[in-house]
Amino acid sequence: METTAGKGYTFKDFASDQEVRWCPGCDDYVVLRAMQKALPEMNVKKEDVVFISGIGCSSRFPYYMDTYGMHSIHGRAPGIATGVKLANPHLSVWVMTGDGDSMAIGGNHFIHALRRNVDLNIVMFNNEIYGLTKGQFSPTTALDKKTKSSPYGNTQPPFSPGELALGANGRFFARIAGNSPKEIIQLLMEAHQFKGTSLIEVLQNCVIFNNGCYEHLTNKEVKEDKQIFLEHGKPMLFGKNKEKGLVLTGLKLEVVTIGENGITPNEVLVHDAKEPDPTLHQMLVRLHYPLVTGIIRSVEDLTLEEREEALTARIKAKSDFAKADDLFFSGATYQVN
Amino acid sequence: MITEKVKIEPEDLETVVVRFVGDSGDGMQLTGTQFTDTSALFGNDIATFPNYPSEIRAPQGSLCGVSGFQVHIGSVEVSTPGDSVDLLVAMNPAGLKVNLHAVKPGSTIIVDTDSFTRKNLEKAAYVSNPLHDGSLQNYKVIEVGMTSLTREALKDVEGLDNDMITRSKNMFALGMIYWLYSRSTEHTISFFNKKFKAKPHLIEANTKVLNAGFYYAESLELIPNSYRISPARMPSGAYRIIMGNTATAWGLLAAAEKSGLELFLGSYPITPATDILHELVKHKHFGVKAFQAEDEIAGITSAIGASFAGDLAVTTTSGPGLALKGEAIGLAVMTELPLVIINVQRGGPSTGLPTKTEQSDLLQAMYGRNGDSPVIVLAASTPANCFTYAYEAARLALEHMTPVILLTDGYIANGSAPWRIKSVAEMPPIHTRRVKEITENGSPFDRDKQTLARNWAVPGTPGLEHRVGGLEKDSVSGNVSHVPENHERMTHIRAEKVRRVKYNIPCLKTEFADSGDLLVVGWGGTYGALHSAVKHMHKEGYSNIGLAHFNYINPLPRNTAKVLARFKRILVCELNNGQFASLLKMHFHNLKLLQYNKIQGLPFSNDELIQQFKQLV
Repeated sequence: METTAGKGYTFKDFASDQEVRWCPGCDDYVVLRAMQKALPEMNVKKEDVVFISGIGCSSRFPYYMDTYGMHSIHGRAPGIATGVKLANPHLSVWVMTGDGDSMAIGGNHFIHALRRNVDLNIVMFNNEIYGLTKGQFSPTTALDKKTKSSPYGNTQPPFSPGELALGANGRFFARIAGNSPKEIIQLLMEAHQFKGTSLIEVLQNCVIFNNGCYEHLTNKEVKEDKQIFLEHGKPMLFGKNKEKGLVLTGLKLEVVTIGENGITPNEVLVHDAKEPDPTLHQMLVRLHYPLVTGIIRSVEDLTLEEREEALTARIKAKSDFAKADDLFFSGATYQVN
Repeated sequence: MITEKVKIEPEDLETVVVRFVGDSGDGMQLTGTQFTDTSALFGNDIATFPNYPSEIRAPQGSLCGVSGFQVHIGSVEVSTPGDSVDLLVAMNPAGLKVNLHAVKPGSTIIVDTDSFTRKNLEKAAYVSNPLHDGSLQNYKVIEVGMTSLTREALKDVEGLDNDMITRSKNMFALGMIYWLYSRSTEHTISFFNKKFKAKPHLIEANTKVLNAGFYYAESLELIPNSYRISPARMPSGAYRIIMGNTATAWGLLAAAEKSGLELFLGSYPITPATDILHELVKHKHFGVKAFQAEDEIAGITSAIGASFAGDLAVTTTSGPGLALKGEAIGLAVMTELPLVIINVQRGGPSTGLPTKTEQSDLLQAMYGRNGDSPVIVLAASTPANCFTYAYEAARLALEHMTPVILLTDGYIANGSAPWRIKSVAEMPPIHTRRVKEITENGSPFDRDKQTLARNWAVPGTPGLEHRVGGLEKDSVSGNVSHVPENHERMTHIRAEKVRRVKYNIPCLKTEFADSGDLLVVGWGGTYGALHSAVKHMHKEGYSNIGLAHFNYINPLPRNTAKVLARFKRILVCELNNGQFASLLKMHFHNLKLLQYNKIQGLPFSNDELIQQFKQLV
């Protein structure tokens, strides 16, 4: 396989000539730049990269990448991406989507993509609001939130994307705040490496319609205390001085402080993203304090295209039919003279 | 009393319609298929139609559980499964009750008397036994204790349980019919040998029962005569009996091979289209990628993805599914990607009549999308030519870079007929618009000057990276554009691109007459009925009637106006409330049309058509 070093791409090679039209200050810019920086490191040829999106602010993404791409219809990007990947498994296929696109109108396709485990990389921009239609509540908007379509407060309880993904047998789930460019680059590369459907939820601030909705978690002052960035095989520690950790008490995750009540670092949970049993991953996904980021789950499994290719090879090996004519003239045929 | 049986020469018949009916579990489809295949091997022309109950396992012996198979065989051309039945084989009272209306008075009915028990008569809602109450006096009823005769024939065969014995009585009936129509049992016996290779006792049992039925009919005084339907004159070549849905699937296989592309099907199960999916999933040896999606929308969107990535992409559905796919078809129109959409029509609207036939999705296929979004629309007209038009749909999609909707219907999709096998080599060439490297005029948005079809650059091709999408694109660069004049220009380009397809399809030909008093106009699956009715009129001396049957709906063949102008009156016959007639009026404003519409979930019958025609000439 050709290496990227040989190709010598820089982020400029992946930027298209189209003017980027997101609102100034939008986190979407962070993800776009992270993607353009991550791709040259991914050992992939530019012509083999495909971005598929649906409808929404984030779905403008493919236009800004100088790769193959399709800006499709609302909610349907996973279906289109599945077709692309099954047609040509050699391609690196990305789905760029939002909370409304993937979990409201496209909910069905989203869960089935995760279930099938096609080797797609789904990046979901979750801003807990409909931006493009100017400020209605989305399937992730918090209860009681006042929006254009819920002037007295939202009465529809939200989805947690991670819970939904794990419930749909998602093999790879990562979460990251939109103001963490370095980590986003790292996660994009991990998602690319992972064989199977990978889902990255980006907590993306919408500066116009939901400004500051993650502020209490992502503000530079508080983020180290409010977020824990998980890494496989490492203890679950967080805080400015990594003085806090997670332990399992009964069926609940609990925050402890190292040194207090005789707690030693050895008692803190060690993250195992590769554990097939999703129980602890679900608990991590649901935790409110701290907000769990990083790769929460990464469990290898055969992809749909691998299963299909293996089956096709097996059938081909024992079939008498090489050409369509072999089929057409087989079995109960008869001659008219 | 012994009567001397005199060997009489079989009587010659031109055509005969046989219907096998019984309980869902009585094996009527198998019996019908065997009779069909044997007759085809003998050289008859054939048309068949199965009639399943819509319940999967309806209560035994009930009226809703009756399963039937009708076959029309002829020494002359046969173009429909036949309106009325010459021979009914009824394995139970429910089968008799449900099907009696279709039997011509004076025709023969063979019944299994063993099944006419009080319980079965009650289940069929008979107050008295029709075999005894005189209600069948207009028919020749042949009463045969098939169950007990089958049991008797199998008394020495070991390894059979009661259920197996009862279930082979359909072979007794088949044996009788083989004798009656002077057919050999050979094909069916070799079928047993193949099917039950590992179970020799079943080969023995079925063969014994088949022969027992044959000899029973031969020695039975009640059947005074046997009949002969000589081979039909058909163009020479290799043939097979094929169902419409199978032919559709095979047409796609041929197109994939001819164009050098891999075939991708994205589909969601829906009656009566699912058999196309069933057929294509079998053919992984050809590299077919048949993807059962989570819904109709994912069926088409996966196909659009596969098309973007360079496969021959297809989605299959029926009416309600086409409605769900509408937005995605618009995406394929906008992105100008080749895509074949097959709609096996059924009765609508909504869930409608899922197992019944209708032609009422024509205008949905034409216009069922937002915006001005023209697509090519084709319609197959016989079970066998589903092959031709599936191939044609693929050819036109690939050559013109546009979605093509192929309309078939439940009637031709489930019906079967002889197909003169087409080898891939004899199919017309397919010139795809694939560009494999950067060349002059090779950008993804450059168009062919004649057809206006854009180039097809697929992911993996270096230097041709580009974005497509549902937003309006600039007519030159392909970038997103909201410029008013550009949108108008692009709308015209998309329309003109489809309009120019008329130079890549054949002209319309009339049958029976080039000009005259009355032109019968039809489209799609009604061909068989219209053809045989017009033919009948000519036999009766009405030589001023012609038939124009359309397989190309959008665009229409370029000589359509001329053909229509050569007749004094035009009668448009269709199984809907006048959709094709409306379409013709839109094209030809001054055209005066007469209409004959039937909306009963049933095909046209010969008699009703002839009656209509006679009123007009």
